[in-house]
Amino acid sequence: MGTLLEVRDLRTEFNSEGGIVKAVDGVSYDLQEGETLGLVGESGCGKSVSALSLLRLIPNPPGRIVGGEVIFEGQDLMKLTERQMRSIRGNKIAMIFQEPMTSLNPVLTIGRQLTETVELHMGYSPEAAVRRSVELLEMVGIPDARSRLSNYPHQFSGGMRQRVMIAIALSCTPRLLLADEATTALDVTIQAQILELIKNLSTELGTAVIIITHNLGVVARYADRVNVMYAGKIIERGTADEIYETPKHPYTRGLLGSVPRLDVDREDRLASIEGMPPDLDRLPPGCSFVPRCPHADDHCRAEMPPLSSKDGTEHVYACWKGHEFGPLELVQTQA
Amino acid sequence: MAIEAAAGGQSAFDQLVQEARPKRTVAQNLKRFARRKPAGAISAVVLILLALIALFAPVIATHDPIRDQVAAERLEAPSASHIMGTDNLGRDVFSRVIYGARISLQVGFLAIGLGTVVGMVIGVLSGYLGGKLDLVVQRVVDVLMGFPFIILAMLLVVALGASLLNVGLALSVAIVPRVVRLSRSSTLSVKEEVYVLAAVTIGVSLLRMVLRHILPNTLGPVFVLATGALGGVIVAEAGLAFLGLGIPPPSPSWGGMLNIGARGYMEAAPWMVIFPGIALSAVVFTFALLGDALRDVLDPRLRRGDS
Repeated sequence: MGTLLEVRDLRTEFNSEGGIVKAVDGVSYDLQEGETLGLVGESGCGKSVSALSLLRLIPNPPGRIVGGEVIFEGQDLMKLTERQMRSIRGNKIAMIFQEPMTSLNPVLTIGRQLTETVELHMGYSPEAAVRRSVELLEMVGIPDARSRLSNYPHQFSGGMRQRVMIAIALSCTPRLLLADEATTALDVTIQAQILELIKNLSTELGTAVIIITHNLGVVARYADRVNVMYAGKIIERGTADEIYETPKHPYTRGLLGSVPRLDVDREDRLASIEGMPPDLDRLPPGCSFVPRCPHADDHCRAEMPPLSSKDGTEHVYACWKGHEFGPLELVQTQA
Repeated sequence: MAIEAAAGGQSAFDQLVQEARPKRTVAQNLKRFARRKPAGAISAVVLILLALIALFAPVIATHDPIRDQVAAERLEAPSASHIMGTDNLGRDVFSRVIYGARISLQVGFLAIGLGTVVGMVIGVLSGYLGGKLDLVVQRVVDVLMGFPFIILAMLLVVALGASLLNVGLALSVAIVPRVVRLSRSSTLSVKEEVYVLAAVTIGVSLLRMVLRHILPNTLGPVFVLATGALGGVIVAEAGLAFLGLGIPPPSPSWGGMLNIGARGYMEAAPWMVIFPGIALSAVVFTFALLGDALRDVLDPRLRRGDS
């Protein structure tokens, strides 16, 4: 299997009243065909912006992509014309969003919205598009698909709307699916169903998936590899097992340590990471995590550590002291 | 058990939700509208009647509104042969009121139709594209809104010359700025919706985006404005006619009839003023009622929860 996507030093900035906010600050990663990659971090760390940047959907103004390359199937998306970009969106790269309740157009029937993508990209005739839509709805587990085509979004529950969104996203058999907090707004039981659905369909269709979430349990279960983001940068990357068993960055360790657990005495306080995420327009000169890090020293304050590993493995981390940390005790991956 | 059922692809809850919302036919929808908004339903019926009257004016009218001039029957009070009396030229007022409905509705629909279509296209583009285009368009709208509606229409009629088409055009231009403002502001809120971003992520073009995803979602408030303004436009046409700038005589326009009646015959033949006046007020009133009812039905905030 080859490399599907190579992101090199991607930088996206926003103008704000306080100055320039570096929402994505030199992010690099790659994705193999059919791989599922987790992108984890807390709110405002640049997860969603980095995904939208791949599709060049940063609202400008106030935002803009200031540098980097996004090489998808051998071509740099940053160099394409808007028209070429449109033929990739929804066709080669599809995206699903957090809000299933609002991501469908309320005045169009489900059928119209399902057929739109295939008519746009595959040049299907209306009849062929309808046949394909029925197929897609059945694929995502909506019964009585043909009669549901004439329904409007308000006649569907949240879980079903997200199924419809997945059907739309997968209608052109994209090479890459961006799932931006795709299950966050749903009940846990529905969450599990939707994630299983995404996983099964992506395996079946050979679609690579980037799961963007702050839910560590989701990532542990569904991702092959994990990128942990903090303050616009990737600060740790490894296989899901590596990240969960031996997290090297203090931030990752803090995140995993703060997952609520049933087997801890309920009198105990929930572990948390002290402090607030930094303002992205006023980053400290060294490591961004210094103000919240219990292990920080002068070296950390002076110089941002590179994303690397001491022993040359694929499990890399942006911390001067990462190699000192052993397996995280207590943590069992939540599944 | 419930959880197991839920995990099996389709949740039982989804099915329940679906069953609780049976599909309604058009007839059922109309019935619901009548039950909830009796005033709106009645006004809709009245307007349909009015449209029929306008359509079948030659059948309903007892006399020709223009040619039947009988010098001996000038300024006659209402009677069996002239149920609304006759005017200063011996023409049957009833027949002229009936034909007047044609003119009022023609001018009204022409002005509103043209005005809303043009206004919506400009408003939606201005709101969606934003930037300099929006800035320029909105300043032009500011200028146009600075003029009182009727003054603007008068200016245009004077410039174009008085005829049914030109009066319609003038009134439509007067409507455009208000429609532009309204559809621009709806567009500004619609374009922040996730489904618009979702449409961008599937790669739709600008034209498709505007026509298919933005415009239909901004229709509600514009519809309400248009219905309400229809009455206003009909009054404005009467106002122009009253000032001598309307559809030129001898066409039986309600405003024109008021103009002649009120000028010289208010005391001698009050029926020349009263009957066209009643027709005019009734039409404007019913359009206003219908506009109100439509607003309640189309406003998503009022509709939420019981749609």
